[in-house]
Amino acid sequence: MHYNWNWAIFRELSPDGVHTYWDTLMSGLAWTLATSLAGWVMALALGMLVGVLRTLPSPWLRRAGTAYVELFRNIPLLVQMFLWFFVVPELLPRAAGDWLKALPNAPFLTAVVCLGFFTSARVAVQVTAGIEALAGGQKLAALALGLTRRQTYRHVLLPLALRIILPPLTSEFLNIIKNSSVALTIGLMELTASARAVQEFSFQVFEAFSAATLIYVLVNIVVVAGMAWLERRLALPGTLASGGGR
Amino acid sequence: MFSQFDFDVIARSWLYLFRTGMAFTLELTVLSMLGGVALGTLLALGRLSSFKPVALLAATYVNLIRAVPLVLVIFWFYFLVPYVAAWLIGAAEPVKVGTFLSALITFILFQAAYYCEIMRGGIQAISRGQLYAAQALGMGYWQTMWLIVLPQAFRNMLPVLLTQTIVLFQDVSLVYVLSVPDFVGAASKIAQRDGRLVEMYVFVALVYLLLCCVLSWLARRLQARVAIIR
Repeated sequence: MHYNWNWAIFRELSPDGVHTYWDTLMSGLAWTLATSLAGWVMALALGMLVGVLRTLPSPWLRRAGTAYVELFRNIPLLVQMFLWFFVVPELLPRAAGDWLKALPNAPFLTAVVCLGFFTSARVAVQVTAGIEALAGGQKLAALALGLTRRQTYRHVLLPLALRIILPPLTSEFLNIIKNSSVALTIGLMELTASARAVQEFSFQVFEAFSAATLIYVLVNIVVVAGMAWLERRLALPGTLASGGGR
Repeated sequence: MFSQFDFDVIARSWLYLFRTGMAFTLELTVLSMLGGVALGTLLALGRLSSFKPVALLAATYVNLIRAVPLVLVIFWFYFLVPYVAAWLIGAAEPVKVGTFLSALITFILFQAAYYCEIMRGGIQAISRGQLYAAQALGMGYWQTMWLIVLPQAFRNMLPVLLTQTIVLFQDVSLVYVLSVPDFVGAASKIAQRDGRLVEMYVFVALVYLLLCCVLSWLARRLQARVAIIR
């Protein structure tokens, strides 16, 4: 294998003449984090709503929730990205469509909306599972105290369910960070796209991709450590998660 | 809003979409699944091995792959495979491998990490008594695994393996970044040539929706059947 390794490449100026290749990667990381975090906020809100919908007594609301989940789970993320980016502006009234296409950060906003909906379907499944895992008595006790159904969900069921499903939510959060790389197909210069740009301009394939891989791994480690800390703090007393001794 | 919807573009191109695009997608899915499950099972045995260096190596591989987005892995192997091939056969120049082979290697190596975790769960769910019984019969490690543990782990994990394969089927669309004519790539070519993005992408979404709904319905039915057998 004849390959000239050159790790100093990151200190060299990129073609824009102002930023180094390292700056390119860091700006990519910033876009990756911004997209994932904004998408995550949306996914949590929508996911909780749809997850609750699927536990309500009304069969039609349950079906609506399940249809939502099936829709966003059964179309590949890439195709959903194209639908939001290319198709939705065409289907809207002309003025709204033109406004959407002219937005300065269209790829970013599209990616957030797309990842938000895509991930919300997965969050919804976990929220449903979390609520169903609670002992039935919790709900009955809350209702017996005179709480309305809305209050029961808000003050009793959801807080408990969220604490139970924290570990699978961690995986979903890691997934949304990784999935944000699909947004490079609609022109978002996130971390993977930046690494590719570095590779294209500097011809240092392996350094560019090694650096990006290392950054993804580091982000992963930080998230996992943060979530482990949160899990310990929020473990439900009386479950196996809270440890045997306490 | 659907007034200018041109269904004709689909009628004109469906043969290309399915014969070239979907055939590529399905071929890559099935071959990657077979290779991924085989390698994933080996990795699972590695992770559960009592020989620590092997367990550590397998665990590092699985965790590394699962920390990195698939798109980045696709780029990695697209550029890496020609160099590795050159090194393997001692050639001076990077070998031209072709996108299909490069994509196949990527998906096998990537999916193996995910299949590994499923198989590890399946193996760990087998009761210890089975191992003692096999030992009492005088079986060695590989005999025990091949004849006793793996068949049961496979059967119990079949629905989960199928669910992961649906994920794989959807993920194959990401070879789009290598400009390969998979189902999405083929549709996107026609869409750009004829300026019919709306029709093509809606059609692609509907086809995936239909296929994946059928597949996940099958997985659920299989789950029910396996549950009864147990």
